[in-house]
Amino acid sequence: MFEIFGIPSQALFGQLLIGLINGSFYALLSLGLAVIFGMLNIINFSHGAQYMMGAFAAYLLLQFSGVNYWVALILAPLIVGATGVIVERLLLQWLYKLDHLYGLLLTFGLALIIEGVARHYFGSAGLPYTVPESLQGGRNLGFMFLPNYRAWVIVASLTVCFGTWFVIERTRLGAYLRAATENPALVRAFGINVPRMITLTYGFGVALAAFAGVMAAPIYNVSPQMGSELIIVVFAVVVIGGMGSILGAILTGFGLGIVEGLTKVFFPEASSTVIFVIMAIVLLVRPAGLFGRRT
Amino acid sequence: MKKLLGMAALAAMLGCGAAHAQQVNVKIGVLSDMSSLYADIGGPGSVAAAKLAIADFTKDHPNVKVEMISGDHQNKPDVGSQIANQWYDVDKVDMIIDVPNSGVALAVSQVAANKNKLFIVSGAAASDLTGPKCNVDTIHWSYDTWMLSNGTATAMVKNGGDTWFFLTADYAFGHALERDAGAVVEKNGGKVVGKVRVPLNNADFSSFLLQAQSSKAKVIGLANAGGDTINSIKQAAEFGIVKGGQKLAGLLVFASDVNALGLQTAQGLSLTETWYWDMNDANRAWTKRWQAERNAAGKFPTMIHAGVYSGILHYLKARLALGGDPDGKTVAEKMKATPTDDILFGKGTIDVTGRKRHPAYLFEVKAPSESKHPGDFYHLKATIPADQAFRDPKDSGCSLVKG
Repeated sequence: MFEIFGIPSQALFGQLLIGLINGSFYALLSLGLAVIFGMLNIINFSHGAQYMMGAFAAYLLLQFSGVNYWVALILAPLIVGATGVIVERLLLQWLYKLDHLYGLLLTFGLALIIEGVARHYFGSAGLPYTVPESLQGGRNLGFMFLPNYRAWVIVASLTVCFGTWFVIERTRLGAYLRAATENPALVRAFGINVPRMITLTYGFGVALAAFAGVMAAPIYNVSPQMGSELIIVVFAVVVIGGMGSILGAILTGFGLGIVEGLTKVFFPEASSTVIFVIMAIVLLVRPAGLFGRRT
Repeated sequence: MKKLLGMAALAAMLGCGAAHAQQVNVKIGVLSDMSSLYADIGGPGSVAAAKLAIADFTKDHPNVKVEMISGDHQNKPDVGSQIANQWYDVDKVDMIIDVPNSGVALAVSQVAANKNKLFIVSGAAASDLTGPKCNVDTIHWSYDTWMLSNGTATAMVKNGGDTWFFLTADYAFGHALERDAGAVVEKNGGKVVGKVRVPLNNADFSSFLLQAQSSKAKVIGLANAGGDTINSIKQAAEFGIVKGGQKLAGLLVFASDVNALGLQTAQGLSLTETWYWDMNDANRAWTKRWQAERNAAGKFPTMIHAGVYSGILHYLKARLALGGDPDGKTVAEKMKATPTDDILFGKGTIDVTGRKRHPAYLFEVKAPSESKHPGDFYHLKATIPADQAFRDPKDSGCSLVKG
């Protein structure tokens, strides 16, 4: 096997694949953020906490109702999405006409509350959640051992990401959504219930975060701070991709996962900062982000 | 008549003066990680342990008045030093205890030395605290990286694990643990074939575990703690590391980590601790009290919490014996001169470097079928006596060791 920069190619391909898997989480989460910002103009800082709520919902469903992973994949996003709808109706709808900063502050405060409550009841060491039996084990690809669960993560997130992009960019419902953000009054005049669409869009974005949370539960530590660790990186991803762009969020998520994976091979100590370095460079060169439309 | 009144007044004043001389006022600060990855091994549990120690001591010695405050260092050395400075200077705190996170502990240790006030480290691990970075005002309780490496690494090398690859948390604690464990491996005839430094509080270890797998080392040493260890072990199971023939050495694993992993994932793990809640009746009884004080169901105390209890008791004993308001160096010397004895750690000593010495225990995590009640996690495999469990002061590199 040949070597690239002193690393055997086997190891490199393995790391690229792992980077792709991590990128799936970034893509899923930044998609939810991009949808919420693109449609609602709200910077949803509680996204990380909602991701954590999804993982906790999966754990609680298993503990108290014996609900397995597959059902939790559908049920947890619905439950957390419903709480998102409540938050939107009660709190967020008053902020749309104001500066972005208010939405940011409100959702940030919510994130702190949710995390604090979770830590009070569950502690910070985390809760056990195992990989579902049908996905345990893995196959030896020659250059690395790929756990089945990680392969499932890539497949599921690619499906959900491109499904969402398709709905928003290529269907009539998506067209209504995009029109409603540009000119709500006119769209309302056509008889479309704009406030309800916005509420459901926020709920959908939150459900996407919870979906990522359920997928993360078997492999990452289910702890109250799991969201806050991830959310800063995800924001960097969204900023690099362009705040309003759906496709940008997805592609940047996968791309940056790969970049981070490569950094872990060549310079592991920098792996937690490389994405921010890229963000700084992108903002200097292209302030709107790589795929951004707004100025 | 005036003379009589005058004498009575004088007698009364003298009487009051005598009572004041016996009163000892103490203020203790519990500085810990209250909200992040070390909050379960230290955190509010340490505050609960401190409350128990203060209650037990003042019950027998009502003339000692103890006030306690607590703070969150958030795993940041600058926040920790700032709180320590404020506590020692402004809030008149006499002694700071706990501080999990070696980076913060090293910083607070410097602050304590500058102000000549006492610092008892129960939470942090770096053996540097009683080694090259030792000072007269710092006492190191519970455990350290030298004792952990000596316990776990020696046992694993003797069992055939002679090539090691380290996954190291990239800060003071991880480096210390990797250094001490590497030294033990090499002393016993093994070889360190590689290492990778991972940022603290990292969620995904798949990339680093892959590197460990391709190194073909017989043992993968986890030089990290808390949430990082839990993630490493969980993901190692996913990537079939143990099934593929490599062993995992959890160099610092607490009962709360085993609780979070679940016995299914953690079974068979070897680890060294200095205190386990289920080892004897005294520990079990204290655990019940701690659980009532902590008021969070399903939690078990760790050796850090036990160290906070034990450390405060010994400190208060020294304060009572000295009386008045002594500086850090005086109290530390008194604590080193007095043998320790409490219900949790039994009899022990503090050596000249400030290292508290007590026996260490090598444990193995039980399989789910062997666990008879919640918290029943460990088999006891070996007991290491106090003189062997911790580093000889001669080898410490501490400037306090004469000759």
